[in-house]
Amino acid sequence: MSVLVQQLINGFFIGSVYGLFAIGYTLVFGVLDILNLAHAAVFTLGGLTALWLVATGGLSIWVAFPLAVLFSGALGLLLDRIAFAPLRRRAASNLSGLISSIAMAIIFESAALGIFGARTVRFPQGLLVNRVWHFESVTVTSLQVEIVLSALVLMLALTACLRYTRTGKAIRAVAESERTARLLGINVDGVIAVTFFVSSALGGAAGILYGLYFDALAPDMGRSIELKGLAVIILGGMGSIPGAILGGIAFGLSEVLTVALTGTSNLRDAVAFSVLLVILILRPTGLLGRGRVREA
Amino acid sequence: MRMESPNSLKGIAAALALILATTGICSAAHAARKEARIGFAFSMTGGASAYGDTQKKGAQLAVDEINSRAGQDGIEIVADFDDDASQPQQGINVFNRFIAADKVVMIIGPTLSNTAQAADRIAQQSGVPVLAVSNTAKGITDIGDYIFRDSLTEMAVIPNTIRVAKEKLGIRKVAVLYGNDDAFTKGGYDAFKKALGDSNIEVLSEQTFAKGDRDFSPQLTQIRSVNPDALVVSALVEEASGIVSQARQLGIPPSVHIIGGNGFNSPSLMKNAGKAAEGVIVGASWNAASSSPLNRKFVEAYTARYGSPPDQFAAQAYAAVYIAREALGRAGSTDNQKALRDALAQTGGLDTVLGKFSFTEGRDADHTPVVQVVKEGKFVIFGE
Repeated sequence: MSVLVQQLINGFFIGSVYGLFAIGYTLVFGVLDILNLAHAAVFTLGGLTALWLVATGGLSIWVAFPLAVLFSGALGLLLDRIAFAPLRRRAASNLSGLISSIAMAIIFESAALGIFGARTVRFPQGLLVNRVWHFESVTVTSLQVEIVLSALVLMLALTACLRYTRTGKAIRAVAESERTARLLGINVDGVIAVTFFVSSALGGAAGILYGLYFDALAPDMGRSIELKGLAVIILGGMGSIPGAILGGIAFGLSEVLTVALTGTSNLRDAVAFSVLLVILILRPTGLLGRGRVREA
Repeated sequence: MRMESPNSLKGIAAALALILATTGICSAAHAARKEARIGFAFSMTGGASAYGDTQKKGAQLAVDEINSRAGQDGIEIVADFDDDASQPQQGINVFNRFIAADKVVMIIGPTLSNTAQAADRIAQQSGVPVLAVSNTAKGITDIGDYIFRDSLTEMAVIPNTIRVAKEKLGIRKVAVLYGNDDAFTKGGYDAFKKALGDSNIEVLSEQTFAKGDRDFSPQLTQIRSVNPDALVVSALVEEASGIVSQARQLGIPPSVHIIGGNGFNSPSLMKNAGKAAEGVIVGASWNAASSSPLNRKFVEAYTARYGSPPDQFAAQAYAAVYIAREALGRAGSTDNQKALRDALAQTGGLDTVLGKFSFTEGRDADHTPVVQVVKEGKFVIFGE
């Protein structure tokens, strides 16, 4: 029994990491209808930058964390300016944005490789006080709790922002129709830049937390999570912020339970993606997605 | 170009040697000092650069020591170092250069078994002896009769590790965790499996992971639930570090020792996993703490020269140069590859930093392995 509980906790936790990564992804993909394949590279750079600030800059993690998050956000602005804005002016299709975001992903990843080297790097020992709690035979660490909490808080905050604030409303207006938003006097380019900033900052934050927990950062660490992030936002419903978290947790649980039942991690992805396929057949809009009428 | 000449008259003598060689009456009898050209192929860049770096340092140290005492029977080693870049293709290029352009009498290296699988074939075809110093994969010396190694294979180290662990800890039931998509970790698992069976140790649970995995908690949770006496792991050092720290975090108590293969055999394990690495048991080919005078001298000289203590890879490279030097003395020539091969094959009971060293029938290393345990962040001897 306690094994099952522990496995559920494991799955819930890894799922929250996926969810955290997917929130930023879904913000740009679902809301702006742009698939930003450089998101995983920003995730990697966020983690590596925080590590660099701590290890080389000698900063405390509490200072390095917000700085690295801001830096990730700035990368998002750069991404928008270089990869997406020029295409937008030419009214190119979304597909060309997808291709140029792949180019940016390669550039970011190569930059990480050049600056930080190909080796797996780690945060210094004893950086965070990671308490370990044992309840009966179930183990939870404080870092796990912090990661799950930050995923939930960010989800709630972002949902509230989109629903109630002026910027949030502007983002939704741009999502609905860029042209109409422009007619209404909304600074469309500004809104898109803000969206990229927030999305990338969240991606960077996920990278840092991921790096802190697994304590192994490498320039290619984004690749393992890139496809999963995509699957998670499709599972949760494109553009739905709570859906991203829910999808992440569902994905994490299916992975962990597969490994627990089969005793090998080889089938992990196969089962997770089969679950995705089944859900898409039964519910094409994802768990929390609404019909996308605006494309009619 | 043959190089059998006094250094002072190198140019003239070399020209003379060339004339003599072309007229077929060359003899080595007149030269007091003889140069043996050896090619060293180590990974200075790429994934294995951490190993290649200390290998080069160890080999360089041995070459300099030998040359400073070359007066004895006049054999001097000319070392050609080159970078195999951790890649088979580059390894082939380096071997080709050594054989065709530098005309080396033998090659020491390459760093990775993967590279050796490709490059050693070229040396075998050309009849140039190769002495590997870190290849532990199966089948390397099966490539041909010119291929040797002074690195013990997993099959030689692991049974000893299990035997010692059983004697000292009284383990009766274990859980096994290994990477099943990599030749090295899978090979380590096979060796563990056999050794556990031979020692009548029960395997309660077998779990696997894949290359690049970072989260091992599902497997470790299953393992925790069966209460093993020890956890046997076959993994490379990156995954090993993650497994060790996550196992302790999940509450698998330190009394459950973690036993690892050669992949654990790196100080990075303690650097990465910190306190969690305490008590990890690893089989090794070289005993850093051995009190033999040869070994003490090596550790001191290496530390003095490079500012950090040597690791197993440095020791194996250092030993290889001395093994080569001793065989060169018996071969009676510094440029006859066939004679050197035969001399190498007869190496037996040689005192090296690895201990008393011989080659087996199959040209694999034969010396006593040791078992280490991590104590206060360092490998110390657990048993022999």
